[in-house]
Amino acid sequence: MIKRQIPLMIAFVMGILFIIQFFVPHQLSQDLLTGVNKWLMIIGGISLLLGINSLVHFHYVQIKRETPGWGFSLVMFLCFGLALVAGFLPSIVMWFVEPAKAGAEPVKWLSFIPLIPPFEPGSTLFWIFRNGISPFMATMFSMIGFFIASAAFRAFRARSLEATLLLIAAVIIMLGQTPIGQMLWQGIPDIMVWIFSVPNTAAKRAIWFGITMGTIAFSLRIIFGIERAYLGGTDQK
Amino acid sequence: MTVTPMQILEAWLAVGFTLMIYSFLYKDNPLFKLGEYMYVGLTAGWGVCSAWFNVVWPDLIEPLSRVFKSYLGATLDKPLSHNENLLLLIPLILGILMLTRFSPKLGWLSRYTFAFILGTASGIAIPLTVSANLFKQMEPTLKPLFGKDISAWMTVNTLLILIGVVSVLIYFFFSLEHKGIIKKVARIGIFYMMVSFGAAFGYTVMARESLAIGRMTKLVKWAGQDYYYASIILLVVIAGLIALLEMLSKKSKPADDSTG
Repeated sequence: MIKRQIPLMIAFVMGILFIIQFFVPHQLSQDLLTGVNKWLMIIGGISLLLGINSLVHFHYVQIKRETPGWGFSLVMFLCFGLALVAGFLPSIVMWFVEPAKAGAEPVKWLSFIPLIPPFEPGSTLFWIFRNGISPFMATMFSMIGFFIASAAFRAFRARSLEATLLLIAAVIIMLGQTPIGQMLWQGIPDIMVWIFSVPNTAAKRAIWFGITMGTIAFSLRIIFGIERAYLGGTDQK
Repeated sequence: MTVTPMQILEAWLAVGFTLMIYSFLYKDNPLFKLGEYMYVGLTAGWGVCSAWFNVVWPDLIEPLSRVFKSYLGATLDKPLSHNENLLLLIPLILGILMLTRFSPKLGWLSRYTFAFILGTASGIAIPLTVSANLFKQMEPTLKPLFGKDISAWMTVNTLLILIGVVSVLIYFFFSLEHKGIIKKVARIGIFYMMVSFGAAFGYTVMARESLAIGRMTKLVKWAGQDYYYASIILLVVIAGLIALLEMLSKKSKPADDSTG
């Protein structure tokens, strides 16, 4: 009962409650939605620990067993720790050192720590994001461009009418967004806009209709307890 | 323009990180792995800080501590808002229940949290998707074909959209066997989807290429004298290191083979 029926009841009650909530245009109803959205974010924030535990455990085992490349796991830990220290240290110092908190002169031996809240320009965490995470992220994403282009070179063969349509649409969209497209023919950007707003819209809209039907069906299955995979494996007693 | 020592340091770091990642274009190598693991570590740390400072602390710990302080009779700097109440214990408890997944014996308690999240998300999703994806998308699909402000070109486009939506929906409708007229209409649906996939592909490629151009522009900027030729020097260093590591791995391979 408490392992299986109560979770199913919770899903049912919350599901029905929020279907009704949508149709109640009262401030209380809006507050309920806003409040529960915040709750979901809080649960998500706490649940992040599960992911961090998994990451830490994996790399800890790598180091402990000295598997090939374990040094990289050590680097991961160093960088992870660096970001944590950069984020938490100023706040801890601000919390414990009252004079600094009140805006007075910071304690001398702690003066090397910039007492700026994390995520604000000037803080160490912000610096790490701008000069560490940001270049990595931009490069990682830009590199995908090389692989997509090389995959396209191999895959784009006008073997059938369908493949030819895909090729032509892709080429027009690419040319339409570059100056060379306009130089070749003034009409290319207009065709690009037409492709986006007519055939692309039509196909995407139909696909979205399908996704919506799937979402409704899956949500109803959860609310009415037909979908129970989230209760976990075979142990659903 | 005067470049400060800090800006030079930042440029050298960014160039190093960029080239480490780009080295994968040659092949998977230890320098790429180093960059990859650094990225994972920094991002995970950033994620924890973000969750704590943007969600858990301001939305849970701080309001709850104020609630408890007020119950204990302490003076608060400002009165409690309507969001600051003991109901905040619910997400705290649900969050803690989620963490019971660490324990094989108590792991089943996390089902309550999952049920809460999935039930709520399902309840929110049904009317929202019907409204946003079904009704709001249906409306422009069924626009009038003729009217005072409707040109012939707009009529053609409206018809084309309607034909496209119907034919793609028929393609995904598997309750009818795809033969005869259904097969022909479904084929038109395939044509529409191919054009759409091509458009999505072209758009994605261009978005990624623009990021690559952005990185290259920065690398060119940092190759200048102001930044002490960061891009050029680090390119040579990284290429040299990769070549050295390659040579070392080639040398160690025959030795491994002989022992095996």
